[in-house]
Amino acid sequence: MVTLDINGEQHELDIPDNMPLLWAIRDVVGLKGTKFGCGIAQCGACTVHMDGVATRSCMTPVSAVKGEIRTIEAMAEDAVGKKVQQAWLDLGVAQCGYCQGGQIMNATALLKKTPEPETQEIVDAMAGNLCRCGTYNRILAAIERAADEETSS
Amino acid sequence: MSHSDEKLLLANVSRRGLLKGLAGGSALLLAARWDLGLANEQAQFGAGAMPGGWVDDPNVFIHIDSGGVVTIVNNRAEMGQGIRTSLVMVAADELGADWDRVRARQANADQDKYGNQNTDGSRSMRHWYDPMRRAAAAARLMLEQAAANQWDVPVHEVKTDIHKVVHTATGRELGFGELAKAARELDVPGRDALVLKSASELRFIGKESGLINGELKSAHPKAIDGEDIVTGKAVFGGDVDLEDTLYAVVARPPVYGARVKSVDDSDALKVTGVKKVVRIEGTGQPAAFSPLGGVAVVASNTWAAMEGRRALKIEWDRGPAGDNAGYTSEAYREALEKRAQSPGKVIRQRGDVEAALEKADTRVSATYYMPHMAQAPMEPPVAVVRIRDGKAEAWAPVQNPRATREGIAGVLEMDLENVTVHQTLLGGGFGRKSKPDFVTEAAQVAKAFEGQPVKLQWSREDDIHHAYFHAVSVDHLEAGLDSDGKATSWRHRTLSPSIASLFAPDPKHKAEFELGMGFNTMPFSIPAIRLENPPASAHVRIGWFRSVYNLPHAWAIQSFAHELAQAAGRDHRDYLLELLGPDREVHNLTVGDGWNYGEDPDMYPIDTARMRRVIERATEEAGWGRETGKGRGLGLAFHHSFVSYTAVVFDVEVDDEGELTIHRADIAFDCGPQANPERIRAQMEGSVVMGIGVALKSEVTFEDGVAQQGNFDKYLIPRMPDAPKVVRVHLIDNPDDAMGGVGEPGFPPVAPALCNAIHAATGKRIRRLPVGDQLKA
Repeated sequence: MVTLDINGEQHELDIPDNMPLLWAIRDVVGLKGTKFGCGIAQCGACTVHMDGVATRSCMTPVSAVKGEIRTIEAMAEDAVGKKVQQAWLDLGVAQCGYCQGGQIMNATALLKKTPEPETQEIVDAMAGNLCRCGTYNRILAAIERAADEETSS
Repeated sequence: MSHSDEKLLLANVSRRGLLKGLAGGSALLLAARWDLGLANEQAQFGAGAMPGGWVDDPNVFIHIDSGGVVTIVNNRAEMGQGIRTSLVMVAADELGADWDRVRARQANADQDKYGNQNTDGSRSMRHWYDPMRRAAAAARLMLEQAAANQWDVPVHEVKTDIHKVVHTATGRELGFGELAKAARELDVPGRDALVLKSASELRFIGKESGLINGELKSAHPKAIDGEDIVTGKAVFGGDVDLEDTLYAVVARPPVYGARVKSVDDSDALKVTGVKKVVRIEGTGQPAAFSPLGGVAVVASNTWAAMEGRRALKIEWDRGPAGDNAGYTSEAYREALEKRAQSPGKVIRQRGDVEAALEKADTRVSATYYMPHMAQAPMEPPVAVVRIRDGKAEAWAPVQNPRATREGIAGVLEMDLENVTVHQTLLGGGFGRKSKPDFVTEAAQVAKAFEGQPVKLQWSREDDIHHAYFHAVSVDHLEAGLDSDGKATSWRHRTLSPSIASLFAPDPKHKAEFELGMGFNTMPFSIPAIRLENPPASAHVRIGWFRSVYNLPHAWAIQSFAHELAQAAGRDHRDYLLELLGPDREVHNLTVGDGWNYGEDPDMYPIDTARMRRVIERATEEAGWGRETGKGRGLGLAFHHSFVSYTAVVFDVEVDDEGELTIHRADIAFDCGPQANPERIRAQMEGSVVMGIGVALKSEVTFEDGVAQQGNFDKYLIPRMPDAPKVVRVHLIDNPDDAMGGVGEPGFPPVAPALCNAIHAATGKRIRRLPVGDQLKA
């Protein structure tokens, strides 16, 4: 048995230790906002927060999970996450939208740690999150907008 | 035969030939599709010529409930182009609906009811703009008539305001919700009774909003799926969640055409959660949209299925793959480059090229290579299929719902009416999901689990190893210049395997629709032209990839035009404009193209003035001709595709270590009337970034028929640091021409513009893509 704290709920799951957190979240717990994109931590679509740190759930076996897991479904209740989501909507960032949950999770973790990032810090921090539609310029603009909101509020 | 008769005949023959190829080559595509295609093809172009045609019945597309909620049906696949927002917005604007009270409903696969649903060719808006406006105008007229009846006044005395109908003379008004029931009972007015809104009455169509070149000047009407996407609620293919779902992955033949010889599944069945291992038969070559066959592992979750697959011991029989088992892309490139030295099938000829080349003062020649690429949408192929009570139901992210339905009916030997396909959001498509092989594959597996839904998930390795690859391409060009540097002859040989090889015995030559993507439609005004297409055979599944053959054609032609400008010692822009010659409209048939993206050549001629305008706009906005300093330069390219016009200028810098920085991209775009400029800008920005990947990074190579890249560690696509620091989109205000495509036409000129900029910065000419580490050392 594995016990996971996901979005504030305790889940007791009868799953193998080596199952990646991604599949536990998607197939067993049934939260579908965390996406499968590559399975080898190369694309970031599966990004969740583990005690606030952006973590690739596709390469994190459930046995290695320590602390609270937060997924995109919980970001509307997160002060920073909410601002990031709003900036995404204001600037029309998403095209297909598949990667954007992971992008938002990564961006939110960045702004929590670094509320006023330099442009280059954002680019470096987001380099692990792929978007095939090519929305990078809007993602960057949205993070800067959310950072402004964050520091001005 | 008059000129126009000839035009119709040629256009129809070509489309008919294509449909025949599609239907005849695939056992999965029913004759019904073929018949439908013909029945609708009475000398028509555009939407009317597509299978299923168009529908403008308001009762099909527009539903208003008594509470005033307006639900508009979207019949096209949403894959990031924003059509669910844009097309619904077009109807809402014409109807007069309050955007906050508008919902979208996705049509399931029913081409007889909803008209053509095959979302490809950048044609959703240009084919559905008019029918959706008519449907909405008819619905509005019905609401007005219902109000007039209730007030007992003539209908011309009432008018629609936002979400209500008013009688100005008496100040009475009724909301859409109050009128909905009565309106629904009225006859649908005839098309001649409809009056579409004038431009000044529109609130959304053609209006700029949202983020414009880095500045948010005004809020944009909220995207239909925006909120769901940012909160993780949007439902893509894999997010469909049905009770008792089984999870499957498939081990497929490593080489196109190979088959399973033997399977030892004893270890796989020991993996916790694995329920069953199922052999699935492929349909061999040509594959069309059929599954490749292989061995499915079915389990209680995706991870268990993947673990089970890892434990399979499969022996493959490469015999049925024939030559494919020896396919090595490097050797193939060399063979094509050699073949490009000899003449090939003549596609278009004007004047005597050989004589003109002999007489030339300067001869320039170059060979360009573009590799295989995989579409690699962020959502890998995935589908859910449930079979019960003699019926099949599928949930899948597909571009072509009709072909999906036919494919399932084919493998399950069911009548079409017993197959339902629900269209989910697509996590990117780019052409990959126009092939529903992954859904018919899921249906094959689901057959073994009657009553239970099966979710079949492709891994990224599956997606890249078994893509429908972008055709590898060699383009060899030679031109002669006179003593003034003016081009007097142009010979272009293009070699690529054809997508037609998917559906029929390999034709080894490009089909008309492939040549028509910027090869025979090459617009330069040069006295002697010869365009040839030597043979090239297919060894992997070749398929549509965003912009398709426009990519290699634009890359070669726009790179070579720059090389000619260099040889002539001229400014690239000035030289390009001279190559274009005087403004003129070229009829497609005069350059041997009977396809023209399925559009009427009289409505959509090849218009060199529009090419000139995008070149001028992009270069002006980019500050063409400015001093850039050492190691920095500007590069230009343009292209006409999907009946739209694009030019791109890059400003790049390359340091002493060969490190490339893209300072800025300026993209000028003319698609005629703009339905939703906000999403057009987004498509142009995305095209620039994806095009940078084509230029710099993306390549799938083959050894002995096996793809050598399987995930994003080796198959490289752009990341945020690869994006230009600044992207500027310049939309050409042109409401008078016919509406063009948006999703694809921004893409083809990006790679050549970037490579031309690299040349301007470094003097290094890129003739082989991707650039990779060619700038180092």
